[in-house]
Amino acid sequence: MEMKLTIKRVPTVVSNYQEDAGAGERPRGGCGRNCLGDCCLPVSELPVYAFKANPRKLPSQEDAVPTDFFINLLLGQWENRMTQGLFRYDVTACETKVIPGNLGFVAQLNEGRHLKKRPTEFRVDRVLQPFDAAKFNFTKVGQEEVLFQFENGGGDDSYFLKSAPITVADCAPNVVAINVSPIEYGHVLLIPRVLDHLPQRIDRESFLLALHMAAEAASPYFRLGYNSLGAFATINHLHFQAYYLTVPFPVEKAATQRIPLAEGGKKSGVKVSKLMNYPVRGLVFEEGNSLNDLADVVSSACVWLQDNNVPYNVLISDSGRKIFLFPQCYAEKQALGEVSQELLDTQVNPAVWEISGHIVLKRRNDYDEASEASAWRLLAEVSLSEARFEEVKAYIFDAACLVQSHVEDETEDAVYAPVPVAPPAVTEGCLVRQ
Amino acid sequence: MESSGATAAAEEERGLAASLTARYSAWVAEELDELGGSFLLTDPAMPGHPIVYASRGLPALTGYPRRAVLGRNARLFQGAATDRAAVAGLREAVRAQRAHQVAILNYRRDGSPHWVLLHVAPVFHAADGRVLHFLAVQVPIVSAATARRDACRGPAVFAACREEARVEEELPCAATHAGEVFVDIDKRGLEAEEPRVASGCDKEKALSTASSIFSALNRYSKLTGLVVCGKRCDSVGIPALSSSLNLSLGRIKQSFVLTDRHLPDMPIVYASDAFLSLTGYSREEILGCNCRFLTGPDTSVEVLEEINRHICSEQACTVRLLNYRKDGSTFRDLLQVSPIRNASGKVAFHVWVHLDESARCDFNGLAPEIWQLGAVGAVRVAVRSLSASGSLLRPAQ
Repeated sequence: MEMKLTIKRVPTVVSNYQEDAGAGERPRGGCGRNCLGDCCLPVSELPVYAFKANPRKLPSQEDAVPTDFFINLLLGQWENRMTQGLFRYDVTACETKVIPGNLGFVAQLNEGRHLKKRPTEFRVDRVLQPFDAAKFNFTKVGQEEVLFQFENGGGDDSYFLKSAPITVADCAPNVVAINVSPIEYGHVLLIPRVLDHLPQRIDRESFLLALHMAAEAASPYFRLGYNSLGAFATINHLHFQAYYLTVPFPVEKAATQRIPLAEGGKKSGVKVSKLMNYPVRGLVFEEGNSLNDLADVVSSACVWLQDNNVPYNVLISDSGRKIFLFPQCYAEKQALGEVSQELLDTQVNPAVWEISGHIVLKRRNDYDEASEASAWRLLAEVSLSEARFEEVKAYIFDAACLVQSHVEDETEDAVYAPVPVAPPAVTEGCLVRQ
Repeated sequence: MESSGATAAAEEERGLAASLTARYSAWVAEELDELGGSFLLTDPAMPGHPIVYASRGLPALTGYPRRAVLGRNARLFQGAATDRAAVAGLREAVRAQRAHQVAILNYRRDGSPHWVLLHVAPVFHAADGRVLHFLAVQVPIVSAATARRDACRGPAVFAACREEARVEEELPCAATHAGEVFVDIDKRGLEAEEPRVASGCDKEKALSTASSIFSALNRYSKLTGLVVCGKRCDSVGIPALSSSLNLSLGRIKQSFVLTDRHLPDMPIVYASDAFLSLTGYSREEILGCNCRFLTGPDTSVEVLEEINRHICSEQACTVRLLNYRKDGSTFRDLLQVSPIRNASGKVAFHVWVHLDESARCDFNGLAPEIWQLGAVGAVRVAVRSLSASGSLLRPAQ
């Protein structure tokens, strides 16, 4: 019999329609709920933000939307949903602080995010699982939770349409919806081709779409994140998360070391570095001749990880110019009983935001006593061991057609930022099932 | 080559002079020249934070002709044995924009060290709390022995003084240090080793010089309509937002003001450029005021009460009302008022986003209400983020 690794955790409620999912399932022809399913979405009219085909090209038309339009649209729509009372709590009423220290971890006390929910069993040893229409998915979300569609306009300029029919021709709308349990102000979900019922699994197109969203926001403080199954994704329906917080994340401040690439692997112009002096080992991908090049390289890496059952998290930073990739093993350690009770008691799920240094705490005491050392202790548990990381890195390089040059040119390629942090000993021996 | 170099130098000189004349009119230099003591004014907004004015008493104390220091950073007076901690303290005071006094070992032009009590203080734009200049008063500190000797010699010292030093006579406590210039040169490097402590008299002298400078600057700044003061926003009594918050708010292009919920009568602490052009008021006129100056005889009292109710219950509201510009003309105001919480989750401000409904604006297809809410959201994010890192307000003085 196959062994199954599971953990129990409180699922995050991302939609007001999540609670009653499964119950009262009824056939609906225009089901009357004005949802995002096949029944309602094709006959609805949602606002459309059409992004430009090439974000690195300057706008050509004078009447193109200004660069701050996207953020204004997103925050305006979000604030509007707040006045409608669609959120489970007012996140701006949750205490937050930057923890003193070199990296500046950001802590938030959120006592309400997981209230009133029973822990649910999550399978953590399968990064890819088939889409299950019976479980909650985003087609069941009400349209009032949707802020706008996010489509490729194909032109040189971005534009906005107040309402546009979703015609059968472009039947695969990407939508941006609120997360009713926001981690920060402006927390949204990008759901690529919502009607196509894609499971949580990165492919080149969906990743490129996420990069486009970061580029349209044009702010270093608007970041997107992705959690694979087994790395604290709650819902097996393809989605990215995003929010706006005008504080640099610790991972963005951490030192990096450039990995020299052999000539053959330089075509894309993508530069790869390794995080240094950070509790979670990770790779940093940046630049690239075009957004497509960066999407190609990073999505190949993600595909390898998910195909080989390595849970991972992705942070899209710096307006889509810089990507952090973290293979992780916390949930698996948790399932195997290797995480200390003290850490488990905090109920912190180290997903992409936590790994990047924005940590949502659920207990007053943990918040009051939060320190750089306590954040470090938690995140160190998330990281692969050095040996396993190097092994995974080698596979990722193969998959992304990158060739590490073995001429170590430290003087030219090493990029050290001055972050002198003394890391506590990292628990070794993290095991990832193949 | 030479002529272009000369032009550049003349240009720089004009730039330095303009730093003063733009704020305090063309006559301020004459007034400052009348004041005794060795002091400087520096402009933190110019590259390199250069000295833009040096007093007539400076050459006697430092050996530098006044023109030789203009355009340079005040660190030129420091040298090898200058205490690093003292310099760090000064740097921190400049960064935090507060007044600071420290005994420090400076160096004259000829390389000889001498102890001075340095009094540094920011000069604020009264209306928006910006720092326009720093002033630095240097009062020489004499060793106890010298002080006694000079006391015996009395006025004889003054006879030996050059003209630049003589203006010091007018100030109390001046009797000792005019002679100090010569004394220290004789014993170069000997007395420098011993850290000196400024006497109460030195401190008083530094303060009184600083206050004469402030009163001159304040008097002349009124001629340009700008008004400076030694205490931030003294004139309006509102806390100054940090420059990071001012910067973040400045990026939001819409017409809005921020009011402080905890001060009596909820005064305006920030007004956007778009708000000033919508209403015709200048920033100086409205900072520190309650928003009611926009209302007039035809403004609906019911709507104002509705706003008040929402403010009291910490709720956001959207209203339409008739408001008045400075010139008395009215506009149909689409107004969003929302409570803004700081990082501890408490309501600290209210944002008031105004939109003149008759001005047919196209928000690239977005509904005007949503467009305004975008500004509300951006203000929330700015306040919350900066409050979390403890940089909502300027450091207290």
